[in-house]
Amino acid sequence: MHEDIFKNYTPNDKSYLIPLLQDIQTVYGYLPEDALSEIAEFVGISLSRVYGVATFYNQFRLTPLGENVVRVCRGTACHVKNSSNILYALEQALNIKAGETTRDKKFTIEVVNCIGACSIAPVITVNEDYYGRIGVKDIPNIMKKYQSKPKADTPKKAEIGTEKV
Amino acid sequence: MNSFLDKCCDECWHSLEKPCDLFVRCCTEGPLCHHNEKCSEKIQSLNRRINYEDHDIPIIWIGMGTCGLASGAKKVEEAIIAELKKLNINARIEATGCIGFCAKEVIVDVKLPGQDRVSYCEIIPKIVPRFIQKTLVEKTIFKEKLLGTHGVSSGEAANINENPFFKHQLKLVLENCGIINPESIDAYIAKGGFKAFDKVLRLMKPHDVIKEILDSGLRGRGGAGFPTGKKWELALAQKAEQKHLICNADEGDPGAFMDRSVLESDPFRIIEGMAIGGYAIGATAGYVYCRAEYPLAIERLEKTIKLCEEYGLLGENILGSNFNFHIRIKKGAGAFVCGEETALIGSIEGKRGMPRPRPPFPSISGLFGKPTVINNVETFANVANIINRGSEWFSSIGTKASKGTKVFALSGKITNTGLVEVPMGTTLEEVVFTIGGGIPDNKIFKAVQIGGPSGGCLPHSVIKTQVDYESLKEVGAMMGSGGFVVMDEDTCMVDVAKFFLTFIQNESCGKCVPCREGTKRMLEIIERIPVSYKQTKNKVDELQRFKGIIYLNRLANVIKDTSLCGLGQSAPNPVLSGLQYFREEYEEHLYERKCSAGVCKDLLTYTIDNSICSGCGVCLRRCSVEAIVGEKGHAHYIVQDKCIKCGMCLEACRFEAIEVN
Repeated sequence: MHEDIFKNYTPNDKSYLIPLLQDIQTVYGYLPEDALSEIAEFVGISLSRVYGVATFYNQFRLTPLGENVVRVCRGTACHVKNSSNILYALEQALNIKAGETTRDKKFTIEVVNCIGACSIAPVITVNEDYYGRIGVKDIPNIMKKYQSKPKADTPKKAEIGTEKV
Repeated sequence: MNSFLDKCCDECWHSLEKPCDLFVRCCTEGPLCHHNEKCSEKIQSLNRRINYEDHDIPIIWIGMGTCGLASGAKKVEEAIIAELKKLNINARIEATGCIGFCAKEVIVDVKLPGQDRVSYCEIIPKIVPRFIQKTLVEKTIFKEKLLGTHGVSSGEAANINENPFFKHQLKLVLENCGIINPESIDAYIAKGGFKAFDKVLRLMKPHDVIKEILDSGLRGRGGAGFPTGKKWELALAQKAEQKHLICNADEGDPGAFMDRSVLESDPFRIIEGMAIGGYAIGATAGYVYCRAEYPLAIERLEKTIKLCEEYGLLGENILGSNFNFHIRIKKGAGAFVCGEETALIGSIEGKRGMPRPRPPFPSISGLFGKPTVINNVETFANVANIINRGSEWFSSIGTKASKGTKVFALSGKITNTGLVEVPMGTTLEEVVFTIGGGIPDNKIFKAVQIGGPSGGCLPHSVIKTQVDYESLKEVGAMMGSGGFVVMDEDTCMVDVAKFFLTFIQNESCGKCVPCREGTKRMLEIIERIPVSYKQTKNKVDELQRFKGIIYLNRLANVIKDTSLCGLGQSAPNPVLSGLQYFREEYEEHLYERKCSAGVCKDLLTYTIDNSICSGCGVCLRRCSVEAIVGEKGHAHYIVQDKCIKCGMCLEACRFEAIEVN
């Protein structure tokens, strides 16, 4: 089913487990269960081990993402610049909690440890766009930009580590 | 000739299959195998062109690091291209990395033929037409947004290094950052790149290289400060058919972005450092373990490695020396603990990133059971300079036990956020106030947080502390990887401790009990401190709250002494340093149930000053719990019983009518 991904790797080599999971997630935005079984077979380890790895790392998720992924940086610099309020305002605006997806599958809020853009804290990213030095007041305007915009067909490129859900 | 791969004439026989060992030197000093004035002129002319000395159309550089891009560098580029097209001006646009002054992004440099390069800051699309008019049409200085010239100071423009932000820095690791095109191998070679690697391959034996690194006194820049030469020596002494070298670019510390910047702005320097390290320990395989959160850095690294292979600087039989070295990128999957070396190895092997006890140290048994050296990005970035300029030069910089420079990522409540590189021994005061420009909005400095979740918060009383491994440890912080978050009077230290503990609690891998359970217990204790009377339900709760504080110190020390890896051993540091320096603040929260900084929400009350409130209704609409009442045009009122203290009304109010106390 995923030959195009598997062909880049040699079978039965455990060290390819994480790159494989990353590639699968790049395609789907999450890790579907049947893909996990396929990977387990290809790499030659049990499904439970694959599951163990997939749930250990923040990057991997087992549920699908919304069309637009809003990532809120909660690094130290963003924290001292009140990113908790930004997160709260976002949760209010979209009516979901961090880690959840809106019912219409339009938005997902994720919390990220640090995206390394501390100099322009507080930062959020929506899909691949960065928004730095923002305040709670900017949230409605930023969200408006994505509310109506249909998602581009290209698969998501940036695979940013996310909090465990 | 358009690149260093082109031959000057038919006499040059260098090829990937049959490499010439003089290739690197030939690029800048050539030709070395034959004498020909014309060839020499060709090579020199190419060098001048690559070094931006010789050009007939203006060059415009745009800072395109993550910070630049986030500040809108792409839009500025589009605006510049459109404007150039409109005015029919022919100019070359180059993307460059981050020069370090992130607060002033987007930074754009302009160089007219025969003139000096001039840097401008805070360029936004709106001012691009005026900017182009001044610099390219009138050919003068655009004073409004001038940062400085890269040439000699004149009445018009001072040298960029006269700027207080740059004046006190010593750029060794960052010397090319923001200056050269990070995606051009020619630009790096023309700047003297790969000369150290070339020297090592031709003239030095592995133990000579290690001796040089040992003598230089270079210590690991990842935080712990282990002497790099010793690590290499140990790995060289091991007999194994294969050894590995890993560059740790899993910059997990929240608040640190040095590695990202170096990888984005000068990736060839890292590759060169790694190749030298590989030669020194006899490794044939190198890995860069980079965070997946840094897509741009990974993209640039991929290009860099490909280019190095094309140029024969990585791969088989490098420059005819029989030394083989391949580098592969491993993307991290977002786990802070993978910055710990044994956990990182586990992650590359495809396991859960959990540390294992040491010894055996990775230098003896590491990746796939083979001897492995792991160094930080910044450590590798120092290697080429040490080989080129010698260990004596390097050890003349810095303090007695800490040599060289250190890169810090300034962020938080500081005017000049960005990346700075200072010699070891510089005081915190210089970094915060002289280079960093102090605290914005006339606020008062409270603390600086160094070393991320493993470090500590240092108050004003120890601000004269020198930046070096030992001094920082003495005052209760640690060098860490270089996060430098400044906090002002509006930052609550209890809240910061809570923040770090939450982080550690989330990131603890769960293998050892002290870290897994201990930090959870600590977090519970800290979480009980900033609660109001209303929240404390009964006397038992109250008792628990005080009992916790009594045990906090002891618990912290137990975690420190008994955890398996560095993450756990240093996890209590933010709390311990907080208790040491900000005890009064903890006591204020505890006894008076008050948070002077106005951060701990449960201890705050929000009120509306009815003499200022215009009754516009913005706060009323923003309040999610309908705690604000009032008619339009009349002063509003907050119902305290309903208020959840989210602070949204405060952020929304345009008249500053909402008071917090």
